[in-house]
Amino acid sequence: MKPLHELGVRELANALAARQTSSVEVTEHLLARLQAQASLGVLLASDKEVSLAHARAADARRARGETGPLLGVPLAHKDIFVTREMPSTAGSRMLEGYASPFDATVVANLAKAGAVMLGKLNCDEFAMGSSNQNSAYGPVRNPWDPTRVPGGSSGGSAAAVAARLMPAATGSDTGGSIRQPASFTGVNGIKPTYGVCSRYGMVAFASSLDQAGPLARSAQDCALLLSAMSGFDERDSTSAQRAPQDFHAAMLAARDGASAAQPLRGLRVGLPREFFPAALAADVAGAVRAALHDFERLGATLLDVSLPRTELSIPVYYIIAPAEASSNLSRYDGVRYGHRAAKHEDLQDMYRKSRSEGFGAEVKRRIMIGTYVLSHGYYDAYYLQAQKLRRMIADDFQACFQVCDVIAGPVAPTVAWKLGAQGEDPVADYLADIFTLPASLAGLPGMSIPAGAGEGGMPVGLQLVANYFQEVRLLHVAHAFQQATDWHARVPPGY
Amino acid sequence: MGRTPLIRGHEVVIGIETHVQLATRSKIFSGASTAFGAEPNRQACAVDLALPGTLPVLNRAAVECAIRFGLAVNANVAPLSIFARKNYFYPDLPKGYQISQYETPVVQGGALQFAWQDGLRTVQLTRAHLEEDAGKSLHESFAGQTAIDLNRAGTPLLEIVTEPDMRSSSEAAAYARALHSLVVWLGICDGNMQEGSFRCDANVSVRRPGAPYGTRREIKNLNSFKFLQQAIDFEVEWQIDLIEDGGHIQQATVLFNAVTGETRSMRSKEDAHDYRYFPDPDLPPLSIGPEWIARVRAGMPELPHAMSERFQQKYGLSADIAAALTQSKAFAAYFEVAAQTSAQPKLAANWLMGEVSRRLNQQDMDIESCSLSATQLASMLARIADGSLSNNAARQVFDALWAEPNREVDSLIDSMGLRQVDSTDELVRIVDVVLADNEKSIAEFRAGKDKALNALVGQVMKASRGKADPARISELLRARLA
Repeated sequence: MKPLHELGVRELANALAARQTSSVEVTEHLLARLQAQASLGVLLASDKEVSLAHARAADARRARGETGPLLGVPLAHKDIFVTREMPSTAGSRMLEGYASPFDATVVANLAKAGAVMLGKLNCDEFAMGSSNQNSAYGPVRNPWDPTRVPGGSSGGSAAAVAARLMPAATGSDTGGSIRQPASFTGVNGIKPTYGVCSRYGMVAFASSLDQAGPLARSAQDCALLLSAMSGFDERDSTSAQRAPQDFHAAMLAARDGASAAQPLRGLRVGLPREFFPAALAADVAGAVRAALHDFERLGATLLDVSLPRTELSIPVYYIIAPAEASSNLSRYDGVRYGHRAAKHEDLQDMYRKSRSEGFGAEVKRRIMIGTYVLSHGYYDAYYLQAQKLRRMIADDFQACFQVCDVIAGPVAPTVAWKLGAQGEDPVADYLADIFTLPASLAGLPGMSIPAGAGEGGMPVGLQLVANYFQEVRLLHVAHAFQQATDWHARVPPGY
Repeated sequence: MGRTPLIRGHEVVIGIETHVQLATRSKIFSGASTAFGAEPNRQACAVDLALPGTLPVLNRAAVECAIRFGLAVNANVAPLSIFARKNYFYPDLPKGYQISQYETPVVQGGALQFAWQDGLRTVQLTRAHLEEDAGKSLHESFAGQTAIDLNRAGTPLLEIVTEPDMRSSSEAAAYARALHSLVVWLGICDGNMQEGSFRCDANVSVRRPGAPYGTRREIKNLNSFKFLQQAIDFEVEWQIDLIEDGGHIQQATVLFNAVTGETRSMRSKEDAHDYRYFPDPDLPPLSIGPEWIARVRAGMPELPHAMSERFQQKYGLSADIAAALTQSKAFAAYFEVAAQTSAQPKLAANWLMGEVSRRLNQQDMDIESCSLSATQLASMLARIADGSLSNNAARQVFDALWAEPNREVDSLIDSMGLRQVDSTDELVRIVDVVLADNEKSIAEFRAGKDKALNALVGQVMKASRGKADPARISELLRARLA
């Protein structure tokens, strides 16, 4: 058998089912590996006793005859999910040591399926960022090149999966926070349709955009996690009222008219011309085009489509998301929990100091932007206008889906950049979100799959977007690609 | 109608906003209990505390209260309404925003009609919207510190807003009383003003007749009808004084001090908050379909004016009496039980409006706390009706019943010796005995001396030991002697 850390979710499930290993054994192995790779900076919290207790419970369930694809499988949660048994910080000083009295629904769902919690994973503060450099607890390094960022905000999740520290991890995606780090680290990440995963217990950044999803080493593994994570939750009013879905079983079903050689025959893949601008980095463009050629080889038809408001998605997103964030983050006032300034003159001073000390620069910037765009006299010009454009962006996708089944393109304009490279210019970071923002604004499911290598051997991700609740189609297409290629199986040197 | 009383040459313009605490078991966006009086912070769950990751879920019972109200005032119940966030920082506002409704409220328009000054008044409503209450900041008894109690945080409120339709403090108080009685009648509010279940804000301005509206000042948080009226009266005089001194009213929020009877400015328009309202992305638009409205309508209690009309039709009561009997649901229910059990609706109405009300007022009680039951009252009324009790005797019995509400009525009457001899046979027998013994009086009467009859009546009264009705006796005597 391969070393335990090399096993993905499905392989591990098989090994556990065949009693080739135990959950306790895998958990101990991965905890040791996490400790050995501490310099990557992925962990914000861990508790060996808690993890082993989960593992022992999973082994006991198996001994009683229970089975399940996640029973005994260790994974970790982005620290944006609150957990009873480990602190939940959202990458912020504001919530240092915060102990939640309840588990996020996604966390509880995975626990119910038997998953073992290895720890809490580093992320940009309150999920705001695309390089994981906004965490109050230090950056995460990209396992492919430790001088580069892993992407963000789910940077800890992506790096942990890429470095084979765990078979899978949870993440959250507001404007690309699952897809972009997946792309930067050569792993798979799916952001489902808004409403598929409950937001209860996920520390809110921008409520109308936040969506949980898995990061894993293959489309199949993503599907196994998504089946367990998702489902209607009465505690989240924006949760989709749909029957539970077995994404894994559904994605394996063959397409009508498909053949072994051409599993994607008849699939119409739309390439928005706005996703392939002249300025797109040559290495990214080359890798994506090569992958698209593979799609053709697998039977898919490529066609030219347009998402004319792609560029506008940047200002639209950077109005709506900060507006919601400015309000969502008002609860961090130092009154009931979280950071409270040691010295203060009066109430206003307590608010001012607690929040000034507790929040990092990017969070403050977005609170200020959001406060501004919601202010009297600016609301119509900014927030309302952005909402109108948001609807038009969603309509543009619907026009595309009249002629194609999935949309494909790059996840990000470049491969992972160097740590510290763009820290001084927030707008440059914002611009790099251009290809992931449109699907977020429309609430559509999007996925990033490893599709090639670019500059310095860094991974390049391909983004797939489908219509509402068509996660299965995304997973099916990704799986077909992964049956024919091995980009998803590549491991960073040294891991 | 001449309904514009001027004060020192000024017309008073009043609009009222009322926060009605809805009588739901749990909070508007969480499952925590709304019961009053628990230990501080024992009824605040993770959602009420705004812990990270928590989300609001709308309580449908609160929506049904709003629909009930909307139907009762003939308003438009919006098929789609929007919850919005009102952003401001305050220690007893855990999320840093209040979830309310802003541009699109659940109840739109409508009107409230009530009796006032021998007529009917109609106040137009602008809207009624759902929102959550904040917690409480406790400044006393914590030595320079402020304590926070979040039990009230998230309690459902319906804020009911009128047009600037009222023209005097007494009219405003009459409106508030009528609204209070309606929401209690509808069962959507317990009406407890001491506990803050019904709080009014009054927007007050003055103007010369025919002039445009003056600048208004808003008096906040009035929790009694008396204070509402006093506060408006003070505010009106204050505003007129200022104007007559050549000053200009500044838009402001003011507080009423019940001890001094004065209003005092809390904040002016300049330091008004920018609440940065925007639609709450955690809550989808509230959709209320016709089926839901129909279901609520089917469960509505009979409304006061409909009940009043029915009382007039069914029991032959005057409009005034019927309106008075339907002042509260409990009062009306008491009446109906008494009327039906005794089969004497008019008698029941008279006694309720008379003796019963007088007693209740004397003891500052309402009908709910009245220990004399409607069926007991009915038993007594039945004895009046069948002639067993004279009206005078009935008053004595009523007093005794008031003191001992559970006494059996007939045995009480007998033990008090007040049963009226009215059975005609018995009376006829006594009359015949008396006539047989008083031939002299008979002769005098037949000779035209009417006074002789009085002597005979006296004899019969004596023989019946005072329990016969003199009028009835003289009737019988005349018939015998005719």
